[in-house]
Amino acid sequence: MTADTLLEVRGLTVSFTTRFGEFTAVEGIDLSVAAGSIHGLVGESGAGKSTIGAAIMGLLPTSGRIAAGSVTLAGLPLQDLDDAAWHRLRGSRVSMIFQDPQTSLNPLIRIGDQLVETIRQHADIDEDDARRRAIALLDETGIHDAATRIDDYPHQFSGGMRQRVVIALALCTDPELIIADEPTTALDVAVQQQILDLLKRLVAERQIGVILITHDIGVIVETSDRVTVLRHGRVVESGPTQRVLGSPAADYTRALMAAVPRMETRLPRFRGILDDVSADLAGPDVRQASVADGFRVTGASAELASDWLLRARDDAGAAHDVTRDGALLEIDELSVTFGARGGGWFGIGRRDGVQALRNVTLSLAAGTTLGVVGESGSGKSTLAKAITGLVDPSSGAMRFDAATLPPGGTRRRDHASRRRIQLIFQDPYASLDSRFTVERILAEPVRHYGHATNRSEVRRLVASMLELVEMPQSALRKYPHQFSGGQRQRVAVARALLARPELLIADEPTSALDVSVQAQILNLLRDLQDSFGLSMLFISHDLAVVRQIADTVAVLKDGDLVEFAPNERFFAAAEAPYSRYLLSETPSLAGLDGGTVH
Amino acid sequence: MLSGTWSRWQRFRVDNELAHLFLHSPVAIVSALVATLAVLAALLAPVISPFDPYDIGGIDLLDSLLPPAWTPEGDARFPIGTDDQGRDLYSAILYGLRLSLLVGVLSVSFAALLGVTLGLIAGWFGGWVDALVMRIADVQLALPAILTALLVDGIARGILPDGSHDRLMLVVLTVAIGLSLWVDFARTARASTLVEKRKEYVQAAIIMGMHPLKILTRHVLPNILGPLLVILTIDLAVAILLEATLSFLGVGVPPNQPSLGTLIEIGTGYLFSGEWWIVLFPALALVTLIVSVNVLGDFLRDVFDPRLR
Repeated sequence: MTADTLLEVRGLTVSFTTRFGEFTAVEGIDLSVAAGSIHGLVGESGAGKSTIGAAIMGLLPTSGRIAAGSVTLAGLPLQDLDDAAWHRLRGSRVSMIFQDPQTSLNPLIRIGDQLVETIRQHADIDEDDARRRAIALLDETGIHDAATRIDDYPHQFSGGMRQRVVIALALCTDPELIIADEPTTALDVAVQQQILDLLKRLVAERQIGVILITHDIGVIVETSDRVTVLRHGRVVESGPTQRVLGSPAADYTRALMAAVPRMETRLPRFRGILDDVSADLAGPDVRQASVADGFRVTGASAELASDWLLRARDDAGAAHDVTRDGALLEIDELSVTFGARGGGWFGIGRRDGVQALRNVTLSLAAGTTLGVVGESGSGKSTLAKAITGLVDPSSGAMRFDAATLPPGGTRRRDHASRRRIQLIFQDPYASLDSRFTVERILAEPVRHYGHATNRSEVRRLVASMLELVEMPQSALRKYPHQFSGGQRQRVAVARALLARPELLIADEPTSALDVSVQAQILNLLRDLQDSFGLSMLFISHDLAVVRQIADTVAVLKDGDLVEFAPNERFFAAAEAPYSRYLLSETPSLAGLDGGTVH
Repeated sequence: MLSGTWSRWQRFRVDNELAHLFLHSPVAIVSALVATLAVLAALLAPVISPFDPYDIGGIDLLDSLLPPAWTPEGDARFPIGTDDQGRDLYSAILYGLRLSLLVGVLSVSFAALLGVTLGLIAGWFGGWVDALVMRIADVQLALPAILTALLVDGIARGILPDGSHDRLMLVVLTVAIGLSLWVDFARTARASTLVEKRKEYVQAAIIMGMHPLKILTRHVLPNILGPLLVILTIDLAVAILLEATLSFLGVGVPPNQPSLGTLIEIGTGYLFSGEWWIVLFPALALVTLIVSVNVLGDFLRDVFDPRLR
């Protein structure tokens, strides 16, 4: 234990009592944080990152307890403190920054009052002094005109500003240690960069120690001095960030780094990543052990599904021979306005509404992928909804395969595009009906589009398609909740494929997934595109993902199309200032390879 | 990690923990037991009751107003005494339970069918359909259940031929009580439909071009059953109570047919002349039934409502 070690965690083991027995969430964790440094905790969901943070803060839920090990803050052992001692310590010497700035501030109380209350809770000073200190803190965290804004309510701040207030709240008692649990996950990239810069500056100026919990490797590379890689509640590897992530010693870290999409080069596919099924089997869920059992449908095979899809492509190719070379989807001056109303007599009740898309013109060549990027509120999901007919455009035209694509309101239920265009959603938890078995979920498009009616035929097709998306056939008999997020997204892909689509619209299909699962799904999508000549509209907020998957890139900002360019040209020399700004703000791993952290 | 994944996970836990929570709640077990006993007693009334209260020939007016068997004037044939017409109170309660439960189940089923259908339609189509259905619901709520029942009863008497009213009493009661209970179902079904409609699995079905009727019955309805089940249970208790109230007021079951309400009504007439048992035992039966069904409904509500957990 060196002189400037602030927090020392030795052999920390946390167990939870559940009705299935004792469950060990993290085991034998060693961790030390020096004053004035940022220590990153990185790992995929279920790795135990947040549990470690909660254990250090003494905030474990009642069913959890520290079963073994010690937590020492500047010489003071924390693991045996009683509630009263914790109450004095928490907030004053250890603070926490949570993920969502929307919910970590009380919406009914002015931010000034929240700050003053916290300051006076831990320091014996009067209201006016506390208020002066609060203003100074807001100023320090980068809130302009702090003296007036201190009397605002949380909803009057933007997401990034609110997170600054949360940081001010965490700082207001001069803590020695701050635990930041995914502090930038809910924010757009540009705001994320500002918050991380602020955190780095505060750490250097105030010499506090920070534990930064995140799933985002880019954030770790850009901010933390040391990093601990966790998996299934154990430490995989620990050390200086450069060493651990730059030249990993452990297989898991190497696989993790291989799965992180990079902005520098476009790879044909992700290599050396973890195998999906084995990772899930290692999880605590015992039910999944049966996923790999020998259930098979007679005559079902990945080849059958593959042939079936190829046949559809050949038929379509023969019928639309001429258009194959041209654009499959053309969006012409498309605008979407929400909530607009014409108004009655003399224009009473007239509202202009919100323009979600403004004169967007795009085209997608057959067999290629168009990546649509933008921050939240840029209109990228609205674009997907307009194409699939869920929202009606207010003006403009859409053409699919050289024929006009009618807007949702007038698109017939049996319109051919309803089969030929399929959508994959962001959240694989919400996009599958939880009361249906996987077989029923997958049989629905087959029957609906009349691809097969005979019971055994449907079953064979469905089982074959599961195999094609690298799922065991036994998945047929299970319900969505019995699968991991990645497996569920595979089922969603299979459902889309069973319509025999020509265009796949993927709306943030990997945003809810861990990075290694994301790499698997991206590989799958690319393989499918190569084999079946699918065209894809890929919507994402993550430039690195778009770099890897898209052939052309479209950037949206507040409903406007900012740039539309081929992948290589965009990432080498983006033209629009906003594109260049986005590119510079996205956390990158370039620092690792170049030897210096950005 | 993502807030959107949480509710789904919670729902999954709920589905799997229903049995677990039930077995760990003594109150729920006891009330379920009592409710089951009541249903069994009602179903088996013709088998287990010593007398048939509908059989005029088996009733002797000389036996009227006999106190329970354990009192000095009691008669061993009538364990809890007889009413003013000499009917065995125990048998009358068993048959009364039968009628009360039948009316309760029928009227709640009617209310659920009407309310859920209207709620699904209102929630799905929105716009003026929604506004119309919900305003009708508001008007319905402004009418007390008794008033609705009197209205239905009055109309039925007006349009039905003389004499057929007593035979159609069951239908009249079912419609009257059902009409005053459908609003709960409609509101809950509408609110849940609005939530489910925005979910991606439903959007996927819309994009496919699936018929709204199919989406509603196949996807939406099964996913909103949880809260509806709670209302179903709680409203069953309300319906039984309403039937008793209506019969007590004389607009429900004719007095010569024993229902819990008519028995209590007969009993009140003799309360001050010392014949307490006629009102006490039917009332006890009613209270026990209502409490047990209510407790069951409360238990289900706790299980299905994450905010209360």
